[in-house]
Amino acid sequence: MYTTAFDYYRPQSLAEALTLLRAHPDAKVLAGGHSLLPAMKLRVSQPVALVDIGRLPGLAGITAAGGALKIGALTTHAAVAASDVVRAQCALLAQTAAQIGDQQVRNRGTLGGSLAHADPAADYPTTILALDATLHAAGPGGERTVPASAFFTGLLSTALQADELLIAVSVPVYGRGTGGAYLKHPHPASGYAVAGAAARVTVAGGKVTQVSLAIGGVTVNPVRAAAAERALAGQAPSDAAIVAAAAKAAEALRDPLSDNYASGDYRIHLATVLAKRALTQAAARAQA
Amino acid sequence: MPNYVGKSLKRKEDPRFIQGQGKYVANLSLPGMTYLALKRSPYAHARIKNINTAKAKALPGVVAVFTGADTAEVGMLPSGWNVPGIKVPANRVLQTDKVRHVGDRVALVVAETPYIAADALDLIEVDYEPLPAVTDARQAAQPGAPLLHDSVPDNVSYTWALGNKDEVEQAFAAADHVVELELTNQRLIATAMEPRAAVAQWSPFTEEMTLWTTSQNPNLTRVVLSAFLIGVPEHKLRVISPDVGGGFGSKIPTYPEEALVPWAARKVGRPVKWVASRSESAMSDTQGRDHVTVAKLALKQDGTILALRIATWANNGAYISLVAALIPTAFYITLLSGLYKIPAIYGEMWGTLTNTVWVDAYRGAGRPEAAYVVERLVDVAAQKLGLDPVEIRRKNFIPAADFPYQTPVALQYDSGNYQGVLDKALELSGYAQLRAAQAEARKQGRLVGIGVGACIEASGPAPSKVAGALGGVTGFWESGSIRVHATGKVTVLTGAHTHGQGHETTMAQIVADQLGVDINDIDLVHGDTAVIPNGMGTYGSRSTSVGGSALVRSAEKVRAKVMKIAAHQLEAAVEDVVYDREQGKVYVKGAPSKAKTFGELAFAAYTAHNLPEGVEPGLEEDAYYDPANFTYPNSIHIAQVEVDADTGAVAIQRYAAVDDVGKVINPMIVDGQIQGGIAQGVGQALWEHGAYTADGQLLAANLMEYAVPHAAGFPMIATARTETPSPHNPLGVKGVGEMGTIASTPTIVNAVMDALAPLGVKHIDMPLTPEKVWRAIQAAQRS
Repeated sequence: MYTTAFDYYRPQSLAEALTLLRAHPDAKVLAGGHSLLPAMKLRVSQPVALVDIGRLPGLAGITAAGGALKIGALTTHAAVAASDVVRAQCALLAQTAAQIGDQQVRNRGTLGGSLAHADPAADYPTTILALDATLHAAGPGGERTVPASAFFTGLLSTALQADELLIAVSVPVYGRGTGGAYLKHPHPASGYAVAGAAARVTVAGGKVTQVSLAIGGVTVNPVRAAAAERALAGQAPSDAAIVAAAAKAAEALRDPLSDNYASGDYRIHLATVLAKRALTQAAARAQA
Repeated sequence: MPNYVGKSLKRKEDPRFIQGQGKYVANLSLPGMTYLALKRSPYAHARIKNINTAKAKALPGVVAVFTGADTAEVGMLPSGWNVPGIKVPANRVLQTDKVRHVGDRVALVVAETPYIAADALDLIEVDYEPLPAVTDARQAAQPGAPLLHDSVPDNVSYTWALGNKDEVEQAFAAADHVVELELTNQRLIATAMEPRAAVAQWSPFTEEMTLWTTSQNPNLTRVVLSAFLIGVPEHKLRVISPDVGGGFGSKIPTYPEEALVPWAARKVGRPVKWVASRSESAMSDTQGRDHVTVAKLALKQDGTILALRIATWANNGAYISLVAALIPTAFYITLLSGLYKIPAIYGEMWGTLTNTVWVDAYRGAGRPEAAYVVERLVDVAAQKLGLDPVEIRRKNFIPAADFPYQTPVALQYDSGNYQGVLDKALELSGYAQLRAAQAEARKQGRLVGIGVGACIEASGPAPSKVAGALGGVTGFWESGSIRVHATGKVTVLTGAHTHGQGHETTMAQIVADQLGVDINDIDLVHGDTAVIPNGMGTYGSRSTSVGGSALVRSAEKVRAKVMKIAAHQLEAAVEDVVYDREQGKVYVKGAPSKAKTFGELAFAAYTAHNLPEGVEPGLEEDAYYDPANFTYPNSIHIAQVEVDADTGAVAIQRYAAVDDVGKVINPMIVDGQIQGGIAQGVGQALWEHGAYTADGQLLAANLMEYAVPHAAGFPMIATARTETPSPHNPLGVKGVGEMGTIASTPTIVNAVMDALAPLGVKHIDMPLTPEKVWRAIQAAQRS
């Protein structure tokens, strides 16, 4: 309930934040604080310093540019869920945001915080992966981009360096002919995804021309279900084709997580059920 | 005007709660206050070889560090319910030899801030020798199981049996059908919204100790602390339980922290505060349930029940908590008759000790465990005999004409009309339509189930004589006092304690009607032993039936005195005056226009200018009420669920609850109690599990893991009532606090089993998590 002692810094600019991170390599970055502070109060996390980026200017907000939406790292889940432009052009992301935690969590928690924390049971990482999003990191050497497929590197680990900050995420927009769906089996206590499936399906001429399917909650990082994607691509989006494809989602799920609520086997099973349902919904939306 | 009883008045206490103005122990801040934290065991079972507190003591801001060697002067935590032959193992406030569950207490720190106290805990070095652990109630009693206490050589603290074994055996031998079920009633964590907390202040000048604590029964806590633990005499110990955020039984026992906080306050000479974190609550509050039961039911071909036999292993955790030994004995085996006429019943149980957090009363306390056994068995029997679950119940109900009804397991049910409750429940739920819709759904391959739970509670503990005969160390009366002030305003004092129940409203309704005064002229005071010298507190759905009845008795005394004064002033005989409780006036029969108001008479009592001969000034009365019997609320709940065959997830689609809780004081509060109780019972059926690993680690010690019910998991809960007044208390009330919880658990489990019946699934142990249900479906489909 009581954290260990820590130093607290609140930089006024991105440059100052990056300087602080360099000077304090063991510091933790504080944004919405919805994952970090509970861990600190349980003394599971005992950082010597916090760099609070929560009020840095320019890191929240959504802008459209070149077939993508660039969403600032400090944009709250509630803002993404309620954004007209996200709902119209990348509905899958808005839908995902709306399923995170509860309203209070969504009012405080941020996109960047969720992704940088890389909780295996978080919702955003799965969808970001299915969307082939691009993550923008700022470091001492300037900005660089990291594809979602290379961002998650293990349990609670990402491609970010200790002196880098995640500043934005670009997600591709989609319109008619493409549909998305994110479904999860929430843990009855925490609401986190015991298993989650994010699907994006493009249908043209009665055939699935593009499909991406990501599974979260089951393994330490979300994974793309490549075999399932291959199985569905080029097929008519029939129930039979989707069922057959979804069953292949299990092939991507090695070393599943397991706990008292759900075993690894059951998580994999749930993933295939959610994959089927998400693909079905996404295909229906693509054809709507 | 009065006639408040029976009206859904809004709760008098809610404006302060809604506006965040509740006064909880954790809100209390005293000058010079220090903060206490406990070093708790990470092992389920280990010998304490050495404790090094040097580094902790050296930390700036640490006031004191104490171990069990220092607290040897504090007494042992006692058992307050001593069934014959019980072995109560020693339980020190800080352990010295061994730790016996994760969270057991080894040292304490007092510091200037809670942060420093937490840092100091990390600096205490404890050298443990880990020992093998046992967590399962039945395994603990097997030869070769790890032993917790030298004084309890087989881990069995107590055993208890009730009923006629021979008759039961004969009935089973002659039965057409026998159904048998082994079931687990899993461990639950009470999870009151407010974690436990305590603040203590010692006054060296008056030699008085004041303890603020989150108790459901501050007077009882005072007695136990004074008589067994801290040595402060009862008249020098003031215990205050202000607003308390829920208890569910977990705030009945007197806890080691409630002894350590005042002990430390006296030692360090400053006020001491301790507030549990959620995880600390999970590993130190008494937990609930945890039975393993083998049960058998004998029936005739037509479904008539002949006999019931059960054997239960009840897990007490590592120590015997205050009323732990009551719960799986006199609150459990005595309830095995349910709503049914069962000619022969025999129950036996073993109360075992394990390396888990201790177990005590939890909403319903023994009675839900009994209801679950009976209602699951009856459903399994119905399935075997091809009877509708409603039909088998109706056939076996105790007929309304048979009350009072003596069961074969000691209780005498006072009143009831179970057929009437059932008829109303069938109507409220639309049972016939539900069954028709289920038949349609099954044709489509959907797993829709309808569950029935028909349950009884023995509430309002207890006749003190009965409690004494069964092992109770105390009596179970309640006190109620009415202080009428000179201005006609009224202060009501009760020994019951409200921590969510709404007593400030309910009790005011009762007294307002008794005296004929405006409800806004009445305030309820409770929870302070300096103001209420004696009381037994709130648990077992007793506050209205026992505490409310005490207030009726006090009010009768107030009315008698008021009438004497009125008769004197109206120059009439007492026999000739009428106390008009609707108007709050007293007048001579036939002359209502020359009435004296309650306010005038209260004023007259205090001016004492013109009182009748022999009548003392003042207008305040006390009463103690000892109930003649338990009350027997009963209920029939009907639910419809659908199981997602792909995932095993259960969705509750409809829920209808008909309860007979006797006379109703405030229908809104009663509905709230029933609905909240239902949610809590469904929590057990579907989500909650205080699970331990085999080596005794608690798996769900926080709300990220332990799944309490969320509103989103429920449809609207339809409620209705029948009202069969209790014949033996002056209000005709029964109890309502636990009924919903008792009935909803078997109702939902029966509904899920009904959904899975076409697949041949017979039983799944709670909680019915999606994985367990899915695996049962998979197994059934394979076979």
